[in-house]
Order: sequence, then structure tokens, then C-alpha cells
Amino acid sequence: MQAFEYDSDWTELGVYPVKTENDIVRVRQMARQYAKNFRMGIVEQTRITTAVSELLRNMYQYANGGEVTINQGYVEEHNALIFTFEDQGPGIENLDLAMSDGYTSGGGMGYGLPGAKRLVDSFEIRTETNTGTLIRLMKWK
Amino acid sequence: MDHFQEKKIPIIKIGSYLIVSIQVDMHDKLALQLQSQILEEIEKTGAKGVLIDISVLEMVDSFIGRMLSGMASMASIMDAAVVIVGMQPAVAITLVELGLEMPGVDTALNMERGMELLERRMASINDD
Repeated sequence: MQAFEYDSDWTELGVYPVKTENDIVRVRQMARQYAKNFRMGIVEQTRITTAVSELLRNMYQYANGGEVTINQGYVEEHNALIFTFEDQGPGIENLDLAMSDGYTSGGGMGYGLPGAKRLVDSFEIRTETNTGTLIRLMKWK
Repeated sequence: MDHFQEKKIPIIKIGSYLIVSIQVDMHDKLALQLQSQILEEIEKTGAKGVLIDISVLEMVDSFIGRMLSGMASMASIMDAAVVIVGMQPAVAITLVELGLEMPGVDTALNMERGMELLERRMASINDD
């Protein structure tokens, strides 16, 4: 599985480990804070915070945690807030199924991935069985 | 786990209603703890309605949404109605975009309207 590239012009805002439920709360609050600093409106702040929360929970529940890197940078002429989620979990066996509404394997409502995708401007996912999952979200300013 | 006990969310009883105001960004265990705490309180007090104020919540993700709608169904089996009050517009927009439906959950704009909703419901039950 190929890792995501980081453009050298991007600014790294922070790298956060996700190991506990409290980390989920802490990192989603950081996400909101960065969105606020970015002068995003309240609805945009809420969208990004919610999307981040969904992915953090997936990471915590299915992959026993992982790491989130938050960057700011220009992507296709957009000033973007970029969240990269990386875990060494079991990977997603059937990605098409996991990306479809209403599907769940973990007792949730099954809206995690497709729901998060709808809330952001860019959503990329790479996954490999027994290796892990990489997800990158971007929100334009 | 004492840590979680300290952060317990208070449940206030007024008349035949329970009033819960969620003032913190809940981690998942705290949300589940609140769910069972409210159900226990319904059993203990025989409350007929529960008003849950989420006006301070800046985000409701699928987990918290599921906890709230699960609680409404459980409370309804115990003959108590749940009304969620004060949801921020941004939260409502995000919930719909996320694709989360909360079947069986009544909502009201604020605590006062929520109370009126419960009163009307009580009155119509008494009329039957």
C-alpha cells in the first residue's frame, strides 16, 4: 500500500496518536480549533469535526488506534485543511461495501465512511488487508 | 474508572419529568453511561418524560446520534417520552448530510417548547 505524499509546501499543524476514547474527543476538538483558526463558518467547522470524529472512531474500534496528521496547504488552488489518518489495522476487506450507505460490520449505523465523505471536499482511501488503512480528508477554505 | 464517575452528567427531576443538560463533549463511554443512567432514573422515579438539552453540543456524530435514538426507543418501552431540545442549526445540517436518521426521536427548539410537547402528550393520554 502506497503512503500518501505530503507536499513540501504544506505546513504541518500537528501529529496526534489515537489510542483511547479520550483521544477521539481531544483530536476532534483540535480539528474544530484548526477549522476555527482557518476562519471557516460554524457549519463547515461542524462538518469537518463530525467527519473527523467518525474516522477516529473507526480507527479506535477496528484498528486498535492509529495516528492523525493535520496539515494546511494549497491543493488544486484551494487553501485546504488536510487530515491524514493512518492505522496498522486489519484493513477493509470490501471497500465498495464499506463505502455504501447502511453497511456496518461493527454494530454502528454504518454511516461512518460514506457519511464522512459527504461532509468534506476531498476524500481518499487506501486499504490493504492485514496491513492497514490510510484515509485523507480535505476541506477547502 | 473513577475518572468517569467524576464527570457524570446530572439528571434533575421536576414533577414527572427528568431534565438532562449535556454540557460536555462526551466520549463514547460517557454517552453510554448517560443512556443507562437515564433509564435507571426513569425506573426509580416513574418519570413520564425526559428532556435532553443538547444546545451546548457542537457536534453529534453517528455514535451520539445512535445513543440518543436508542435511548428514545428504550425509554418508550418503559412508558416515558424523550424530547431532544436545542439542537444547533449546524448540528442539524451535519446530521442530515451524514445520513443519520433518528426515528422515533421527538425534538423541540428549546426547553420550554419541549416541556409543552410533553404536557400536550400527557394531556392526550389522559383524555383517552
